[in-house]
Amino acid sequence: MIPEIGHIALILALCMSLAQSFFPLVGAHKGIPSWVALAKPAARANLLFVLVAYGCLTYSFLVHDFSVAYVAQNSNTKLPTLYQISGVWGAHEGSLLFWALTLSVWTAAVSFFSRSVPDVMVARVLGVMGLVTVGFLLFMLLTSNPFDRLLNPPMEGRELNPLLQDPGLAIHPPMLYMGYVGFSVAFAFAIAAMLGGRLDAAWARWSRPWTNVAWVFLTLGIALGSWWAYYELGWGGWWFWDPVENASFMPWIVGTALMHSLAVTEKRGAFKAWTVLLAIFAFSLSLLGTFLVRSGVLTSVHAFATDPARGVFILMFLGVVIGGSLMLYSWRANQIKSTVKFDLVSRETALLMNNVILVVTACSILLGTLYPLLLDALGAGKISVGPPYFNSVFVPLTVPLAILVGVGALMRWKQDDAALLFKKVWIYLVVSIVLGLLLPAVFAPTYSFGAALGVGLAIWVLLTSFNWLLDRASGGRGLLQVIRNTPRGAWGMLCGHSGVAIFIIGVSLTSIYSVEKDVRVEAGQSYNLGGYDFLFHGVENFRGPNYQGARGTIEIFKDGEPVTTVYPEKRNYTTGMPMTEAGIDAGLTRDLFVALGEPLGDSGAWALRLYHKPFIRWIWLGGIFMALGGLLAASDQRYFRLARKARLAAADQVTAGAA
Amino acid sequence: MKARYLVPLGIFIVLVVFLGIGLTLNPRDVPSVLINKKAPEFSLPDLFDENRVVSSESMKGKVWLLNVWGTWCPECWREHGFLMYLKGEGVPIVGIDWRDESAEAKKMLAQEGNPFLAVGVDPESKAIMDWGVYGAPETFLIDKEGFIRWKYAGGLNAELWRTELKPLMDQLEGS
Amino acid sequence: MKARHKRLGFVLAGLVGLGLATWLVMNALENNLSYFFSPTEVAGNKAPKDHVFRLGGLVQPGSLQRGQELTIRFTVTDNAHNVNVAYTGILPDLFQEGQGVIAQGRMGADGVFVADEVLAKHDENYMPPEVADALQKSHNAATGAN
Repeated sequence: MIPEIGHIALILALCMSLAQSFFPLVGAHKGIPSWVALAKPAARANLLFVLVAYGCLTYSFLVHDFSVAYVAQNSNTKLPTLYQISGVWGAHEGSLLFWALTLSVWTAAVSFFSRSVPDVMVARVLGVMGLVTVGFLLFMLLTSNPFDRLLNPPMEGRELNPLLQDPGLAIHPPMLYMGYVGFSVAFAFAIAAMLGGRLDAAWARWSRPWTNVAWVFLTLGIALGSWWAYYELGWGGWWFWDPVENASFMPWIVGTALMHSLAVTEKRGAFKAWTVLLAIFAFSLSLLGTFLVRSGVLTSVHAFATDPARGVFILMFLGVVIGGSLMLYSWRANQIKSTVKFDLVSRETALLMNNVILVVTACSILLGTLYPLLLDALGAGKISVGPPYFNSVFVPLTVPLAILVGVGALMRWKQDDAALLFKKVWIYLVVSIVLGLLLPAVFAPTYSFGAALGVGLAIWVLLTSFNWLLDRASGGRGLLQVIRNTPRGAWGMLCGHSGVAIFIIGVSLTSIYSVEKDVRVEAGQSYNLGGYDFLFHGVENFRGPNYQGARGTIEIFKDGEPVTTVYPEKRNYTTGMPMTEAGIDAGLTRDLFVALGEPLGDSGAWALRLYHKPFIRWIWLGGIFMALGGLLAASDQRYFRLARKARLAAADQVTAGAA
Repeated sequence: MKARYLVPLGIFIVLVVFLGIGLTLNPRDVPSVLINKKAPEFSLPDLFDENRVVSSESMKGKVWLLNVWGTWCPECWREHGFLMYLKGEGVPIVGIDWRDESAEAKKMLAQEGNPFLAVGVDPESKAIMDWGVYGAPETFLIDKEGFIRWKYAGGLNAELWRTELKPLMDQLEGS
Repeated sequence: MKARHKRLGFVLAGLVGLGLATWLVMNALENNLSYFFSPTEVAGNKAPKDHVFRLGGLVQPGSLQRGQELTIRFTVTDNAHNVNVAYTGILPDLFQEGQGVIAQGRMGADGVFVADEVLAKHDENYMPPEVADALQKSHNAATGAN
């Protein structure tokens, strides 16, 4: 009974989202106030129905209703409750439902928190989001209904993939989805602005906080995913350039560009057409990511569903959404007149260049991801584009980007004097270069220009970001007062850019100074790696709840002093699936990582994989700082003040219109 | 209308065309070297009676399907209902229960119905290797002379049956 | 600065940047693609002699030799031809005899494929018993050994 209620709720949600898109959009176009007014209640009702559907599916999981095919395939009675709940979004159908739920949550949030935005605009935004919801609900109802019943329900469900039985992975997809789907808000605002023919700075102001919040979720989601891959896959890597990872990384890059471009459009009224295009891109890439992952066009570890019918549907959906919005763009964009002038030496230019680099980066990742598919489509053979491609494209593009991050933060809007600018920053330049060159020489075991470049860039980004704070302080006010008066948005910038610096240090030092070694050791033998002695005490067998395990004991010494002991495991799950649980000793400046290989011969010798990874934590720390920065920027009081002002202005307009 | 604003649309259309072509390609569709070759012989113990033997020999002179499955394979559960339908259509299917617990397999067949004429158990991939099977489910069509005429990696479905398998079987039956 | 000069500056900077990026991408693609070959193609001398490629197929049962040391030898087969492979290091969790595998490396002079990376095959829908192969990252179906 409950699953049927869920199914009906889904159908009702579809009806609601149809109403939510049809009436407001047409009403806004024809000027029918009562139709426009339908937008908000419809959006909230839609959320209600999707919530009911989602609740029904979760309930079916919790009561082990294996007559529901999806439940039977993704859970069993022995599964802990946490994974019963996360199992709901663990596979194709449920993750779609989760996607729809996220979209409804964002939509309802827009309906609640946009009182400052004119009703007609909100109606259009909700209408556009409603259209996207219609697409997803149709997709679910037509090709992947999570409530499908089994005629002969099994007594017991299937074992959930042990790899997915991990708290990190349980919260990673929701974060990613919140981010992905959150870009739909900026997208909807852009489309609504184009529909309304008012492509001024207003839409940028309204959609900025939304974009920031979505970006924060995406940042955290990606960082979590990377961290999960690091400790769970037993491979020591933190990023694999897997198509599924790329699918989340591309919207992130374009989203970053969008955030900055929105700032320019809002503050300076420039880049209007470009910002709209970025908003479309960011969401399109989110959809494309879904397409790539869900259709099985590119199969990878994470792609859990492969079904051509689904692929065809998503492709059509993509065609309608992206093709439609680009058509609208080509029609509307030439009506935009950018009257704002800015000089070649100005913050606008720096941000524009930054934007271009980000978009080029996203394009090259897209190319690398789709290239095997392109060649296959052309019949040119089966190939793979591996991490080396992405690294050799990504790294050189990041260097000018980091330099520009600093330059952009230093420059003034509209016009700046190159000579004056140089006078101000030459000291930073010198400090970054000198420290960059010196620090690795002092602290690192071997000198590397790559490390020097990384450290130098990070210091440059850090110094230039903080320069802005000092600049304000030099105006005669005390530093404390400046700190108090600095708006949240500026702190956000500071924090986010510091995150970039931390991330750069983490990535460059980890990739340059990490050492890994596969070794053969017998009990009592020790191996030296990266200045640490790994003493192997042997392996003992044990029984886990649903697996047979072998646990190794490795004591780690530095200069004869014990540092820590790690216990890497090798597990054989009852399903027959083997898994490696690495033993990790985490630290701010280095991780020690040991993974258990196989027994070698009869002498009790084992193969071990040892890693010494300096500064790897800084990668995720950087991500956290960036996310925090985004959050600070989104919570800037300015938006709330502006919101109040806009509300008053709108009220004035109404009274003026009535008079 | 300025042409430059049409550029993104143009690029997107090209991309969609490629993705569309990509979709029509089945990534798993690499022809087996075994097609149109003599089917490898196998003889395996029967799932329900260890003393009996299931072999390819006994199917001689028939057009039949060989289906490799296991209870550990979710797609096999999904496919199962369709195999039951094929049984109803009178298609002779021999199953190979691959790398599986016999008790589990029997339980599944008792629960979901048994579409197979006979099921051989192959816990150590002895027979499977000769057939070049990489995973389950996988299905082969063998003709009266014992030649492999068709194979499919993945779950069988109604559309496949309608468009490929049935016409081919009819043709082979006729010859 | 005159408006015309400014415009020219933007355009030039853009072109240079775009050119650099294109060069980067082309260069990276040129050097970092790895093609996929089956044992049959290797036997037919279709695989490059001096370039890294990916070899895919089944691990021949009974061919796996683990020694006292870390080097492991096994045979990859597509049931038509066999290629001997040597690999030094730890095999991925899901590596098993009779299972699909992809090895990346190059042909040695003695006809043994020297792998520097071994990926066990995994494709979720068309599923080998071991469900998730974390180590097999990406492209397994496109380059797939089937």
